[in-house]
Amino acid sequence: MFRVSPAPHIKSNLSSRKIMYLVMLALLPAGIAGVYIYGLCSLKVIFISMASCVLWELLFLKFRHKDPRIVLDGSALLTGLLLAYNLPPEVPFWIPVVGAWASIILGKQLFGGLGHNIFNPALVGRVFLQISWPVYMTTWKNPRWALDSVSTATPLAKEGARSFSYIDLFLGNHGGCIGEVCILALLIGVLFLIFTNVISFHTPLSFFGTVMVLAWIFGGKGIFQGDPIFHLLAGGLILGAFFMATDYVTSPLTRRGKIIFGIGCGLLTILIRLKGGYPEGVSYAILFMNAMVPMIDRYTKTRKYGLVKKGR
Amino acid sequence: MKRLLREFLKGITIENPTFRLALGLCPTLAISTSIVNGFGMGLAATFVIVGSNMIVSSIRGVIPSKIRIPSFIVIIATFVTIVELVMKAYFPSLSKALGIFVPLIAVNCIVLGRAEAFASKHGVVRSIFDGLGMGVGFTFALVLISTIREAFGNGTLLGLIIVKGFEPALLFILAPGALLVIGILMGFINHVTER
Repeated sequence: MFRVSPAPHIKSNLSSRKIMYLVMLALLPAGIAGVYIYGLCSLKVIFISMASCVLWELLFLKFRHKDPRIVLDGSALLTGLLLAYNLPPEVPFWIPVVGAWASIILGKQLFGGLGHNIFNPALVGRVFLQISWPVYMTTWKNPRWALDSVSTATPLAKEGARSFSYIDLFLGNHGGCIGEVCILALLIGVLFLIFTNVISFHTPLSFFGTVMVLAWIFGGKGIFQGDPIFHLLAGGLILGAFFMATDYVTSPLTRRGKIIFGIGCGLLTILIRLKGGYPEGVSYAILFMNAMVPMIDRYTKTRKYGLVKKGR
Repeated sequence: MKRLLREFLKGITIENPTFRLALGLCPTLAISTSIVNGFGMGLAATFVIVGSNMIVSSIRGVIPSKIRIPSFIVIIATFVTIVELVMKAYFPSLSKALGIFVPLIAVNCIVLGRAEAFASKHGVVRSIFDGLGMGVGFTFALVLISTIREAFGNGTLLGLIIVKGFEPALLFILAPGALLVIGILMGFINHVTER
């Protein structure tokens, strides 16, 4: 069993490099689904994003006179992949390049590289792009078999064009980001990760639970009339909760901390979705909770073996 | 003369209010969206710092130490009012762009900090040079930050378009861009000076 946790540690044969490649493997089905749904333009975005992440990292390592072989740990590739999954399929080619710059340089290397970053690099890139070029980042493409393939609103947009059935949402038959759209494909990858013990399910489950309960209570016209399943399936919740909120570097260490982290993410997501100016809030919620992680870790420290809890 | 030059230069280099002392960040974040605004703000603040330093140091023997802060504030507020009225009369558009941040110079921590830390302990001439250095250092920092923010966030320099077809990154005009630019510049300056 592999878990990032406070001491004592048991040696495991999983290295961070191996984990990176396992996560990438788990993300593969979602990418195939994205390319299948939106066409080859999404493959182009994925390729540019991954390539430019690696190039930015190499440039920075050279600039800092570090060993360029660090790039082989796969974290830049994974960041590029996750960044591309967070982009609409038809963005201009320079959007993933600039996003990769924000992810790798601002999000990771300026903090000291892998393991030292406070925020999830891919999300830093995405939010950078979202704030800078809101038009490109919210122009969605319909699936390629749809009649009007120009642009559309995501199901979460407040003045949503039409309502979607749960099956459409589950299979990804609607406009959205490349990697978040097909829930089925994402879940295949998630099963693989849980089976290989790469991620724990504490953060995602508390995240989903909070989102669903709050969506049920406040999401509808009256109280307790919301649609929790819709809020679970629409937008980037599944992708964000399983693949980004569980990032080892930027999430709490203990089980209790992870649950607090997930609840916080869920709370903020629903707050932004229902009351905020943006239709989707998963990325902002995770980034905000990333900033809280040192504090959560501090208050959920495990007791040292043999110490007795002091009475208050 | 050499000592005066040192008082002047330290505000620009080793004690730069924005990059080394991290003072006066709130107007820096708010108005460094265009070079004109940054420069205007810098000049206004320089005038206030020099003026208040001069008056504070010349009456430093008379002010009872218990009420020195209120007296400093009154002196500073006088100069701020002068700046505000002059700006309204002769540069109405700049005054409109800077808005509330002109009267807020009165509570700028650089001004009060120099009055308390320097002018109330040193002679008039040295205090004037200290204020001048701090003001120029602040102006330099503001112009540097606002050049970067205007170029990337608006695609212009002094209002002129740099490259046709460049799509500006809105982030740099908004508040997070200011924090990013200041942080990166600060880190870069530390990196260069500590080597």
